[in-house]
Amino acid sequence: MNFTGKDIISIKDFSKKEINYIIEYATKMVPYAKGEKYKDILKGKVLSSLFFEPSTRTRLSFESSMNRLGGKVIGFSDPSGTSQKKGESLADTIRMADSYSDIIVIRHPQEGAARLAGEFAEAPVLNAGDGAGRHPTQCLLDLFTIHTEKKKIEKNNIVLLGDLKYGRTVHSLAYALALYGANLTFVSPASLRMPKEVINECTEMGVEPTQTSNLEKAVKDADVLYATRIQKERFPDAEEYNRVVGSYIINNNLLENAKKDLIIMHPLPRVTEIDPEVDKTPHALYFKQAFNGVPIRMALLSLVSGGTL
Amino acid sequence: MKKELKIPLIKNGSVIDHITPGNAVKVLKILGIPETSSSIVSVAMNVKSKIGKKDIVKVENRELDPNEVDKIALIAPKATINIIRDYKVTEKHKVKLPNEIIGIVKCSNPTCISNAQREPVKSRFKVIKKDPTEIKCYYCEREPEDIAERII
Ligand SMILES: [Zn+2]
Repeated sequence: MNFTGKDIISIKDFSKKEINYIIEYATKMVPYAKGEKYKDILKGKVLSSLFFEPSTRTRLSFESSMNRLGGKVIGFSDPSGTSQKKGESLADTIRMADSYSDIIVIRHPQEGAARLAGEFAEAPVLNAGDGAGRHPTQCLLDLFTIHTEKKKIEKNNIVLLGDLKYGRTVHSLAYALALYGANLTFVSPASLRMPKEVINECTEMGVEPTQTSNLEKAVKDADVLYATRIQKERFPDAEEYNRVVGSYIINNNLLENAKKDLIIMHPLPRVTEIDPEVDKTPHALYFKQAFNGVPIRMALLSLVSGGTL
Repeated sequence: MKKELKIPLIKNGSVIDHITPGNAVKVLKILGIPETSSSIVSVAMNVKSKIGKKDIVKVENRELDPNEVDKIALIAPKATINIIRDYKVTEKHKVKLPNEIIGIVKCSNPTCISNAQREPVKSRFKVIKKDPTEIKCYYCEREPEDIAERII
């Protein structure tokens, strides 16, 4: 399989076979991501890290990935002071970055920005999140995490919890999990349900998701509980927000009837969704999940630039 | 014959027939008529026919390229193009929606990058279903429903 020069824009650009290949490659990257092994397969390569909106976790894990493989990083972590602020088009900024570097990572507040960047750059473009749109490296690291912990993705009972309507990550994750044939349950407040298009996509792939607002019941048979943040600004008043958020808190009490090997994931940062008391339980996987961003991004950087372990 | 007389017969040129009633003006807009030519153009709307009402457009002294006209299938899926030479139909072509629609429909997502004024890109949609028409933005992956309202 050859990924050299390929853009990573949307999880939907990839077949299951290709995703499996990336996951396998990321597995081999783990000791390199931990610093136990070192190989400078990206030596002499320069990464442009263009963050038109801040995202500390994603940016640092990309930069760490590049450094761990011996490459160098240029770029900016927020757009203030860049030429975009002075009115330059994204297309022109990309042309410039393209002439200075070998790989481009872009995070942008507008949907489709990464696709546009891919059109104007010779170098491979990796989408690190575009507006409310896609965030394929997050999706891949989530799949990688489930695969690593459960040895497979298909047939797991996976609960997606929280803001399923506006959540950036859950839509593509739901799509990808359905592609693998996981059993899906969507738990959310009534006003933040999974959009119809996403449900339809799942159904088209032969997965019938269960929709409920009852978390307790959904957790009982779950193998994976994927929680997302519910944002305050989605609610008309603070009282309603507090009531809704309060009914979806993951704590040890809720987990009493859960499977022993249930894993809890969260794209982070979390606010109140997961009680810190859960951190010490074997269910808590969100910090390891965050770490997994490094091997998956190392794998992608290496694959698109033609490097091999 | 009586029906045909509602707009004058033309000697040479093109007739776009069976346009979804009410969409003739949008069809002209998609084809860039009259901006791109000085031909005489006549439009008939809500013309009665065997299979209900339709719009008709006649463009004199200009033979439209059938492939160029295909994009009107977006809003007039039953349209046909007739090339007229010396009052006779010499070519007949049923429109067929292309797989991609570029620069014709505006994306329904206000924060889609294709709607950003300063970017040097045209709107671009993949046709995912032809009947009824469903299109998906190449950039943001949204699927606008009111396509006819979004013609640029
Ligand atoms: Zn769009």
